[in-house]
Amino acid sequence: MALMRVSSPHAHGSYSTGMVMRQVLLATLPGVFMLTLFFGFGTLINVAWACLVGIAFESLALFLRGRSLTFYLKDCSALVTCVLLGIALPPYAPWWLIAVGVAAAILMAKQLYGGLGYNPFNPAMVGYVVLLISFPVQMTAWAPPRGLADVPNLWEALQACFLPAQFDGVTMATPLDILRQNQGLLMEDLWAQTPQFGRWAGIGWEWVNLAFLAGGLWLLYRRIFTWHAPVAMLASLTLMSALFYAGGSSSSGGSPLFHLLSGATMFGAFFIVTDPVSSAVSVRGRLVFGALIGVLVYLIRVWGNYPDAVAFAVLIANFAAPFIDHYTQPRVYGHGKSGGTG
Amino acid sequence: MRRVHDFHGGIHPAENKHQSLQQPIRNAGIPPQLILPLSQHIGAPARPVVAVGEQVLKGQLIAEPGGHVSVPLHAPTSGMVSAIEDRPIPHPSGFPAPCIVIDCDQEDRWAPLQGVANYRDCEATELLELIRAGGIAGMGGAGFPTAVKLAGKPGRAVKTLIINGTECEPYITADDSLMRERATDIVEGIAILQHILQPQEVLLGLEDNKPEAIAALRAATAGSTIEVVTFPTKYPSGGEKQLIEILTGQQVPSGGLPGDIGIVCQNVGTAVAVRDAICHGRPLLSRITTVTGDAVEAPQNFEVLLGTPMQYLLELAGLHPERCKRLVMGGPMMGFTVTTVQAPIVKTTNCILAPTAAELPPPPPAQPCIRCGLCAEACPASLLPQQLFWFAQGKEFEKLEQHKLFDCIECGACSWVCPSHIPLVQYYRASKADILEQRREHAKSEQARQRFEARQVRLAQEEEEREAKRAARKAAAEKRAELAAQGDAEDPIQAAIERAKAKKAAQQDGQPVAASVSPEAALRQKLAKAEQRLAQSVASGEDAKIVSALEASVERLKGKLAEAESAATESGAT
Repeated sequence: MALMRVSSPHAHGSYSTGMVMRQVLLATLPGVFMLTLFFGFGTLINVAWACLVGIAFESLALFLRGRSLTFYLKDCSALVTCVLLGIALPPYAPWWLIAVGVAAAILMAKQLYGGLGYNPFNPAMVGYVVLLISFPVQMTAWAPPRGLADVPNLWEALQACFLPAQFDGVTMATPLDILRQNQGLLMEDLWAQTPQFGRWAGIGWEWVNLAFLAGGLWLLYRRIFTWHAPVAMLASLTLMSALFYAGGSSSSGGSPLFHLLSGATMFGAFFIVTDPVSSAVSVRGRLVFGALIGVLVYLIRVWGNYPDAVAFAVLIANFAAPFIDHYTQPRVYGHGKSGGTG
Repeated sequence: MRRVHDFHGGIHPAENKHQSLQQPIRNAGIPPQLILPLSQHIGAPARPVVAVGEQVLKGQLIAEPGGHVSVPLHAPTSGMVSAIEDRPIPHPSGFPAPCIVIDCDQEDRWAPLQGVANYRDCEATELLELIRAGGIAGMGGAGFPTAVKLAGKPGRAVKTLIINGTECEPYITADDSLMRERATDIVEGIAILQHILQPQEVLLGLEDNKPEAIAALRAATAGSTIEVVTFPTKYPSGGEKQLIEILTGQQVPSGGLPGDIGIVCQNVGTAVAVRDAICHGRPLLSRITTVTGDAVEAPQNFEVLLGTPMQYLLELAGLHPERCKRLVMGGPMMGFTVTTVQAPIVKTTNCILAPTAAELPPPPPAQPCIRCGLCAEACPASLLPQQLFWFAQGKEFEKLEQHKLFDCIECGACSWVCPSHIPLVQYYRASKADILEQRREHAKSEQARQRFEARQVRLAQEEEEREAKRAARKAAAEKRAELAAQGDAEDPIQAAIERAKAKKAAQQDGQPVAASVSPEAALRQKLAKAEQRLAQSVASGEDAKIVSALEASVERLKGKLAEAESAATESGAT
């Protein structure tokens, strides 16, 4: 009888990379649902089109690199990138915009660096930032939430994406924009005068954020990632907004609750910051990494020039990740300060 | 209740222990042939003391220890030594190694045995000698000579004796069944260890997934100073370092031994072997081995003679060869594959695992590492396996050492959790081997460098000496020329003849002739020259080695000069 020679361990847990990725995809569902509910079919079309283009680009890159298509497509990492980018893009974005973003994410940020696991930057955020810098007009045009304007139906949404010239959409400033451009109004007055604000943050946005929070908590429960990076990010964002709240004066940067439930906060905290490939690795490293992103998000939102800050903050923190890793190596067994007591 | 501590990481693989616990320990009997590797322990292989064709009795010494860290080997049954040659042995390398082969006569005749009536009357050294003579090496799996481990460093005080009954690897139940069935033997063995080590406390640690063993041990230890400590089941809590942390909250310093913090660990099986050796004079001849896996009909524990071919044991358990594609010695986490069923059971064989392909499927192709960090969460040494993997791929040895690769205990928890199915432990093993190889190379080249430099210094010295000699000759020649010139253009030939005549005359007179240049003078010149050269080299800041070489030559010349002078005075005096 022929016996094989293999190295230990011989047993293996049941996790696989594909499973991890599929669970992340599942966890985006509540957020996508809320986005669709408040802003219409735009996000769904973004996601679907991004996935289609993304699989095509991924296959092309794998083919050119001479890798097995089925083996690498099975890990679903390209789908995750495309879904996350599709969610981040404004609804009713034209098809070419999405395609350019996906190309930047999949081809440039991921495959050029060597594919899954080798990318120093979060691919979805690279795609987003490339678009934001190249096409600021299209990228800052967010649709108004349901209740403030008519939400396009499915046909109109498809038209917006694939025949953008014939689509006459309505856009409206997001609550984060409004707050940044606030000139001399007390928070209370700004809230009263602006229809976009809801109970805690922008109409729609607060629910979108809560939905992403729910998806994130489910992933946490499934032990797909640890709490360290998201909690550190949310904590430092809360701390920054509390420090600069200024009692709701006209120079206030907005309340902590407003920041937690605005823009891409929860989406970023649980779906972007937790990307393991481009983040710091150790527990302490992830705390530092998350906290850094929280601070940067606040700085860019309040004093920067962009509608939202998660993408830039994450990319800057990606730069810092190897540096953070260097200084946050965990204490290894038997290397105690007191020479033995643990 | 003692407070137990947790250690970082760890995993909960499927235990699969119940299969082999359905029946009590069964005696495997005497196979037709026993194959006894000379190296069943860590350290120097044993040296055979029997010849081919010799009849041996059960318990008779057949190989003596090959060094300090070594143990002897005894015949597990009576029979004839039929060969001493290389045979396949259970070893990760898969290479055959020297073995003593005994054809069993099935009579099982014992050699006379001499036990100790009361070990309490014996000195520790005496007992340690008996343990060594009993051929006992750690039964938990590592196989370190027990007497060496117990002796420890001279002057070391043992605070805590830890008896390891954890058996955290899935499938293995050898220690479990031993604890269930022979708890009193274990306690007797521990008492002997206590007498040898005189520890302040004795802790017998085991996981809470062995209720029968716990009950048996609690009953057997009632009234003794041995404390049975149970703790939650988690792999690898049976690792020596992990168990120490669980029971004492202390960590063994990196690169150190438990003895450094006053702790000695012994396996329960070792305790029983010690008891047999001391109380009955019975050397280590057999052990408990679990035979399990879906490819055997009746998984169970055997009391098996050392040297029994695995095939014999597997057949006793009802092996289905067609179902078995991999044979593992040890557990599924740290065991290694054995490629032939001819390999024998050795002192460290706690388990033979014969899984089906469905049970332990062959590893799927590895996917890229996504640095998910599950491995870092699982690592009991608090390492960053994903970073180690990255550096191992790039052969960045410095980074690997900086990230404490050598603190990896190769427990396999990281590979077990890895969602990308990367054989991480394999990378670490290979990297460790590479680094050790590099260190050896480095030591070698360092030695070569030192040799080369020493040679350079020696050559410089010799050159200096030659130079000094040349200078002396030259000076002497000049002086002669000067003398000749002073002699008013005397015919040099005539002068030579004169000298020769004078010499002859002097010889006739029995008087030594003062040479034209005395040896002292020549040496003085040499010395002056050497001193000048030394001063030059110091002034021009030449290499320290050259300076020291020059100094040495000056010293030597001074010595020679002193000798020559004293010789001259002596000869002058006579």
